[in-house]
Amino acid sequence: MNAQPKKKYDAGVKDYRSTYWEPDYSVKETDILAVFKVIPQPGVPREEAAAAVAAESSTGTWTTVWTDLLTDLDHYKGRAYRVEDVPGHDEAFYAFIAYPADLFEEGSVVNVFTSLVGNVFGFKAVRSLRLEDVRFPIWFVKTCFGPPHGIHVERDKLDKYGRPLLGCTIKPKLGLSAKNYGRAVYECLRGGLDFTKDDENVNSQPFMRWRDRFDFCQEAIEKSERETGERKGHYMNVTAPTMEEVYKRAEYAKEIGTPIIMSDYITLGWAAHNSLSKWCRDNGMLLHVHRAMHAVIDRNPNHGINFRVLTKLLRLLGGDHLHSGTVVGKLEGDRAATLGWIDLMRDRFVKEDRDRGIFFDQDWGSMPGVFPVASGGIHVWHMPALVSIFGNDSVLQFGGGTLGHPWGNAAGAAANRVALEACVQARNEGREIEKEGKDILQKAAVHSPELRVAMETWKEIKFEFDTVDKLDVQHR
Amino acid sequence: MSTVQDYPSRLSDPASRKMGTFSYLPEMTSDQIRKQVEWIVRHGWNPAIEHTEPQFAKSNYWYMWKLPMFGETDVDAILAELSACHDANPGHHVRLIGYDNVTQGQGANMVVYRGTPV
Repeated sequence: MNAQPKKKYDAGVKDYRSTYWEPDYSVKETDILAVFKVIPQPGVPREEAAAAVAAESSTGTWTTVWTDLLTDLDHYKGRAYRVEDVPGHDEAFYAFIAYPADLFEEGSVVNVFTSLVGNVFGFKAVRSLRLEDVRFPIWFVKTCFGPPHGIHVERDKLDKYGRPLLGCTIKPKLGLSAKNYGRAVYECLRGGLDFTKDDENVNSQPFMRWRDRFDFCQEAIEKSERETGERKGHYMNVTAPTMEEVYKRAEYAKEIGTPIIMSDYITLGWAAHNSLSKWCRDNGMLLHVHRAMHAVIDRNPNHGINFRVLTKLLRLLGGDHLHSGTVVGKLEGDRAATLGWIDLMRDRFVKEDRDRGIFFDQDWGSMPGVFPVASGGIHVWHMPALVSIFGNDSVLQFGGGTLGHPWGNAAGAAANRVALEACVQARNEGREIEKEGKDILQKAAVHSPELRVAMETWKEIKFEFDTVDKLDVQHR
Repeated sequence: MSTVQDYPSRLSDPASRKMGTFSYLPEMTSDQIRKQVEWIVRHGWNPAIEHTEPQFAKSNYWYMWKLPMFGETDVDAILAELSACHDANPGHHVRLIGYDNVTQGQGANMVVYRGTPV
């Protein structure tokens, strides 16, 4: 029986904090927890801004409405339960918000994010807002779909163990004919790479329609497999304007017997990607996931969504590979933060670790892991650092670092593979491969003219610009 | 163009067939193999030995040599089994696996004795 109703309807605008700020709230195991970095408008107290974010991302609106009293708002409302200083930042603070389980549809990443990063991001009371981390309770994880196969099943399917996998993105990105493109694929695969990749914007343009590309690339895969005795794949990009077209291309990829396809989960859309991921599990197809558009959302340190959240979201939606940044290549990526989100892709349980930007413990239950893909501006000299940073369960994805070899793609691929295996061997022997990298590579090059020439070609290339999106640390 | 070197891989040349991790490096010395065995032991993985006729190397299932050596941490004992498998199956590929029972994956997998490829 309900207690006697105590509340009376009192129209008008109230402070958000009177309803949505609960510093004494003890969070429940079933709550979805979120931490936002908030810069409020001048004069708005922290507790009020935090409460406003909680309200606007859950049940609240700007004024009291009589229908609030028809439900049990205490059961449904989000609560701001803590605020903290942001190290090294005078204006921003962290707002911790707990959302009760019943606010959300089971298994719907789309629903959760429509709340958490919905209208609230345009809300006038805050100058800027960034979603830094989300703790998904185990009930939510278990109702999501997850990777179609995961790291260990993929290794078993491809028969590749004890080392990172190697890939190469075919360049130029756009403009090659299907037959010439397939040539570039074949050369990479016969030289020793495990995978080649369509670039994200290779879909089905007039210069190379998707079906022609799939056919020529599949011939390249099959011939290189017979030649090397190893299993190979090409990420056939099925990203397309409509889901009917996505499925048509995916079905054809399956029909010709290719092992892996790819999608761009942000531009394709999360619901569409989730559907494709389910199709992949149903059809035994591995799924490589690219992240075009992510930097629009995650690069600004004060506004948007941190990539670690986009990482968690993808693991929930499903994908067997996800681009993670390289730390060492041409694209943005702070080392500690990257280590944090590659753990979030792969591990069963990730502990709170502020030094890696991880705000909450995250239990993944039985959900399989995703291979992080280090892609962008990397070459053989980066190999010791890449093996050290990423460990075995990763895909090291070259581009120019294979294709730009003076002797061509096959030689470039062989150089990549020899460098990789030399680094793995040295690591297993207990050597410090980042410190001794030069010596390890030089010794390996004695037996590999391809590696020797690669090392001569790229010796001087470095990418040492400062990272824009850094972890929040005290700098004074 | 005279400085460009041809990549010498051929369908018709069995020497072009590779054998997974470390097969792009020269064959390891016995001292180097010992260090890889130590890596398996150090991780608490279960060593296991498998072998095959080279023409059937593409199969997922090579012949098991006895059973995986559950709990074996004596590097010399593991090396002795590798050698015994090789002696009993001359011409076969012989590989060493480190089974990780937590992930149900293989932490390590390397061909230690390379048979004659076909």
